[in-house]
Amino acid sequence: MAEAVRRHVPDGARVALGCALEPAIPFALAHELVRQERRDLRLVGPISDVAFDLLIGAGCVAEIDAAWVGNVSAGLAHCYRRAMEQGVPRRITVRDHSNFSIGLALLAGALGAPYIPTRSLLGTDLARANGTFREAASPFDGSNVLLIPAIEPDVAVIAVQRSDEDGNAQLWGPWGVSQEAALAAKAVIVVADELADPAVVRADPNRTIAPAFKVAAVVVQPGACHPSPLQDRYDRDHEFFHEYHRATRTPDGFDAWVREWVLDLPDHDAYLAKLGDRWEALRNKEMAR
Amino acid sequence: MTAVVPGEIMVAQAAREIRDGERVFVGMRLPLIAFVVAKRTHAPSAIGLFELGIVRDEPAPELLYTMGDPANVRGATWCARTVDLMGLLARGEVDAGFIGGAEVDQRGDLNTTAIGADRAHPTVQLPGSGGAADIASLAKRLIVIMPHDKRRLRERVDFITTPGHGPDRGWRERVGLRGGGPSVLITTLGVFRFEDGRAVLASYHPGASVDRVRAETGWDLRVASDVHETEPPSDTVLTIIRGYDPHGFWTRRGE
Repeated sequence: MAEAVRRHVPDGARVALGCALEPAIPFALAHELVRQERRDLRLVGPISDVAFDLLIGAGCVAEIDAAWVGNVSAGLAHCYRRAMEQGVPRRITVRDHSNFSIGLALLAGALGAPYIPTRSLLGTDLARANGTFREAASPFDGSNVLLIPAIEPDVAVIAVQRSDEDGNAQLWGPWGVSQEAALAAKAVIVVADELADPAVVRADPNRTIAPAFKVAAVVVQPGACHPSPLQDRYDRDHEFFHEYHRATRTPDGFDAWVREWVLDLPDHDAYLAKLGDRWEALRNKEMAR
Repeated sequence: MTAVVPGEIMVAQAAREIRDGERVFVGMRLPLIAFVVAKRTHAPSAIGLFELGIVRDEPAPELLYTMGDPANVRGATWCARTVDLMGLLARGEVDAGFIGGAEVDQRGDLNTTAIGADRAHPTVQLPGSGGAADIASLAKRLIVIMPHDKRRLRERVDFITTPGHGPDRGWRERVGLRGGGPSVLITTLGVFRFEDGRAVLASYHPGASVDRVRAETGWDLRVASDVHETEPPSDTVLTIIRGYDPHGFWTRRGE
């Protein structure tokens, strides 16, 4: 993980992550970005649950293209609020999206198209405030459409259940905008819960999210998505999100949380060990189904 | 049965807005439970769509904290991509959608982006649209669910994240929106219907009143001539709600 981040996510990189929406968010990689003190990242994603909030609070982020930044089951995102309302720890630039528009922007990137037109968001402040969208008349029937320009991330981080060594990575459960992000990105980092035999992948290629030649690095890291869930591997740790919400109300509280759960731990295996029985219970609950 | 809370009245009312056989963009929190109630009472063949890429013809068997919980995937009939689900919405194949927001105005515009005059320097930064702006743009009918107070039901919202009915008749069609826009606004105090693109109080919940709604509403309240008390949830419906959300995680969190 540390090596993949060092080699493929430089300061200032445009990074798509959390692309499956609530599940399969690669928190372990977000934590490594904090440990390596990445700066000026430009994040792309639909909702991210608290992964974006964490990176904002740690001062890693300069820009965001996102539909939603918050804590899905607990409420508002305190670090995002502080950054936008007070410039703490720094000011960030936000381009507001909807889930459809971020999906279309990445789909355009995936298709090699300059933009995709939609009839969503017409007449809204969101469409205007984003700053990159353009309203136009369809050249075919003259109807109003909103043009969503392509987004091509430098790197998309995709968490999956399994991948072979080459990076043929298989994700099941809802994909959200994962496939569009992987195909639109210049490079993909796969974070796999387990290394799969190539024969397993080849027996079921519909689950593969993108061809392996898009993949720059495969990181095998069990439990990388905790506290978000990974289908058939582990359930969501709802209470962890709520603990994060309570702990990060103040900048000092956030700093203490980051020390405890990120900076004072050498890697994600240590994080899982610190979770202990709690982690085992989430895994057992999902594996037993 | 213990005393009914506003969250339960809202869920029961939201469930009534789902008709049998309809395709519904479900959303999280209270609408999720409304879908469960509708499926188990009057709308057994309603279909639930979830924007991260899930279609279900049966609600998940356990309480969901997010639409991406593994329990919502298991037993799904389709698992796909966000753009696939949004595409169905954009094609006009989805009957109704649910959304909530921080602020709403008389036109049914919702703000889920930021409070304050300047988007770049907000007084309160909110999480944002998620899929709400798409649902409000594209669903045939929109059901809005919100806590009711004067700071939230405002004359004009600070930022239109999701489009309502606009300044005048025909606005939606003129700007190119194909969906029908808000049909109902369900709050902690009452139910508003949209007539000529403006919210009109249709009913007040048990324990509330027209005066109380007026006092807590930031626009000049219009009241339907047949305004009445909202039908309270039946014992059957309460049993379903409390069976699904036994600790009131969603129904008793003050929404």
